[in-house]
Amino acid sequence: MSIDIISKIKEAGLLGKSGSNFPVWIKWDSVKKADALKKYVIANAAEGEPEVFKDGFILNNYPKEVVLGIKAALNCIEKSSGYIYLRKDYYNKFKYTLNKLIKGADIKLFKKTGGYLSGEETVLLNIIEGRLSEPRIKPPYPTESGLFGYPSLINNVETFYRVSKVLKGEYKDNRFYSISGDVNNRGVFEFKTDLNISQILKESNNFPDFDFFVQAGGGISGEILLPSELGRPLKGTGGIIIYNRKRTNPASLIVKKLKFLMNENCDKCVPCREGIYRIFEMVKNNDIDKDKLNEIVFALEETSLCGLGKCSVVSIKGFFNKLL
Amino acid sequence: MKIQAIIDDKRIESEEGKTILEAAKDNGIKIPSLCFHSDLSPGASCRLCLVEIKGRKGLHTSCSVKLEHNMEIRTKSPEIEKARRINLELIFSQHIEECDDCLLKLNCELLRLADEFKVEITRFSDRKKKYPIYKFGPSLIFDSSKCIDCRNCVEVCHIQQADFLEVKKRGCFYEIVPSKNKKRDCIYCGQCLVHCPVGAFEAVGEFEDIEKPLKNKDKVVVFQFAPSIRTSIGEEFNLDYGAIVTEKLAAAIRRLGADKVFDVSVGADFTTYEEAKELVERLKGGKNLPMFTSCCPSWVKFVEFYYPKLIPNLTSVRSPHIISGALIKTYWAKRENINPKNIVVVSIMPCVAKKYEIRRKELKIKGIKPVDYVLTTRELAWLIRKRKIDIKNIKGEELDSALGMPSGSGIIYGATGGVMESALRQVSYNLLKQPIDIEFKKVRGMEGVKKAELSIGGGIIKAAVASGIGNAKRILDELKKNPKLYNYIEVMACPGGCIGGGGQPVPADKEIRRKRAESLYSIDDKKEIKTAGESPIVKRVYDEFLNNEKLIKDICHTRYFKKKKEVK
Repeated sequence: MSIDIISKIKEAGLLGKSGSNFPVWIKWDSVKKADALKKYVIANAAEGEPEVFKDGFILNNYPKEVVLGIKAALNCIEKSSGYIYLRKDYYNKFKYTLNKLIKGADIKLFKKTGGYLSGEETVLLNIIEGRLSEPRIKPPYPTESGLFGYPSLINNVETFYRVSKVLKGEYKDNRFYSISGDVNNRGVFEFKTDLNISQILKESNNFPDFDFFVQAGGGISGEILLPSELGRPLKGTGGIIIYNRKRTNPASLIVKKLKFLMNENCDKCVPCREGIYRIFEMVKNNDIDKDKLNEIVFALEETSLCGLGKCSVVSIKGFFNKLL
Repeated sequence: MKIQAIIDDKRIESEEGKTILEAAKDNGIKIPSLCFHSDLSPGASCRLCLVEIKGRKGLHTSCSVKLEHNMEIRTKSPEIEKARRINLELIFSQHIEECDDCLLKLNCELLRLADEFKVEITRFSDRKKKYPIYKFGPSLIFDSSKCIDCRNCVEVCHIQQADFLEVKKRGCFYEIVPSKNKKRDCIYCGQCLVHCPVGAFEAVGEFEDIEKPLKNKDKVVVFQFAPSIRTSIGEEFNLDYGAIVTEKLAAAIRRLGADKVFDVSVGADFTTYEEAKELVERLKGGKNLPMFTSCCPSWVKFVEFYYPKLIPNLTSVRSPHIISGALIKTYWAKRENINPKNIVVVSIMPCVAKKYEIRRKELKIKGIKPVDYVLTTRELAWLIRKRKIDIKNIKGEELDSALGMPSGSGIIYGATGGVMESALRQVSYNLLKQPIDIEFKKVRGMEGVKKAELSIGGGIIKAAVASGIGNAKRILDELKKNPKLYNYIEVMACPGGCIGGGGQPVPADKEIRRKRAESLYSIDDKKEIKTAGESPIVKRVYDEFLNNEKLIKDICHTRYFKKKKEVK
């Protein structure tokens, strides 16, 4: 059965739903093959990107499927124990249902502490271990040395949901999208993964009739796209936010987002700690030095320790190139 | 296992398991780095040791990535250089430059890198202008406006089991702050200072107060320097690591205006003599065992604050410079007919905790402090440079011999295991009643924990030696399980002992500490008298002066007290 599920996942072409698009079977396979006394399977429901709420939707509507997917991983990977890592409000809301579903299985619920960064997979490991909420240096990757130093499979809850579909033979190459902002039909929608953003907005009855821009892929790390740029599928986490251009001041919006980043980052590495602050300072004082800005963005992208700093440039670049 | 790789078109070989940075260094390729310290785990926070790895996207920190077989690495490229320059500019934006009296003035890696990468150091305004300066007792100052948040100090403070330095969030930023927790206190070891890459820590008085002792013009100013100084201070003058400068140092100190220059190693012989006596008594009586050494004031403070129940285990014998200071102000003063109140004793120490130790009231003899000032190795070097004394070319002079010359034992006090070896030599000497020439090699070397057993007169000394409080803690944990595992334990708070102390030249790492220690042992090798009890001055002072128990107790022994948090 175990070989079976991995090859089925491979055959289905399932990609990780955290936003990474990493082939799921490779992770499963390397944890399964790792030589260790103990292993872990972790479902990540930290969902820290502002304005993304599809994991909450999945936990609310398909908890059975999610747990089924996790159990499949536990079956497939010997000597493994499971965790469902839930952000606080999800923990409070879903613990009753989930506890019932995981009864008898070696799965524990874990209430997330900390903020945005706590969803990053190595920070998640530190938090479950009771350490500082800081990213770990990779390599080693969690699949080699994860929770308490043991090989660990970390997948988004939606990924486990999709695995359950593979198991049942009902797999379709679909994805959940949360759509919010200046829209009429806010909510979570399921479409094919190759649908472009324009189609997603139209199909969900959310395509604006006013001048707008979107942030696609999450309220912090998502990219800024103009209406003419929507002919591409969604990258990053499954969230699209629509902004009414007339009602939005881009400068104050990016100040808000930079502040969020400054608050939520771990301050460990230089480009993220100092660089984001300097960009914030420039925008706030309305004194933008393009050279400085480009150089800081370069340092952030090339030299940040973890994904937070690296991904922050996606939206920062968008704001400066397209909106300011 | 050996693996091969290519760095900058050069084929290299390295042991498997090393990082790219280490492997490059072993092969003579220097990759710029700042926050990396070989004593600590890589923090990878400064983002300067960047390299390109063929087949991998982006830039990688060489301190944190392990070298793999057949890796192809570039340490220089326009991209790498650009990234280093920007990150350096950002580092400068959080580091207030006060270079004039910085302890890294002469070997500041940050400034060197700024020069190498053509950095505009004032490109950004100073973010930390208003950041506070903290004082940790009479020993250390932390200027948080210079801190670059690498957190090396936090890690080393944790290794030292003090956990006094913490990362705390204030507003948007995490800062490094002294703990407010009542159960945590500074033990004044100064390892934060040694491991800080940018000079955010300094000793109290470094370097504003260094001339104070010499201003006592109407008094007899006596300098005495600790065993370890003679093999470390040379580094401050660009001499090789481990260069032995005992006589040059004596000459330089005289040029500074000191009236006498004595050797703390003589004091160490008295410490050994008394401590060996106490050890044998305790072993006979079976009380308060294992006995702990107490010449390290950070270790003493650690026990008094974190493990007060173990206070009775500390030997009551005073540390070397306190005993020699007391002998200067009593025995020597009487001989020279000088009023002790007119003597100023200045100890040159490898240590910032010694600044704390001399303030302990219980050390006073008839109201007089045995030692008036403590200057660190760095402070003395600064003073010598300031007075333009050329230590490289100065002609060496003998130390003042009024208090005699030390045995080899007194010299090796400066390295981890030295106190233990001295005591073992002394105990053996007492038993055999003849000079011995045994080397206790098992207690030598840079390992954090060393163990040895010695059968003596039917009994066994079960010895353990720890340097670094983390290593001492390991021994304490062992004792919890088996209280009789050891009966004599030497602890030095700093890695490698005093040669790795918080008052020593920066930088220091395992290799440098090893060289400083080896030189001490080489001095011992050449000494004819190797045992404290053989030393003529020890014999003479016990004959002429220390001939009653009360006096021995006053001059050579002390007490310890359970401590409440001192640094608030």
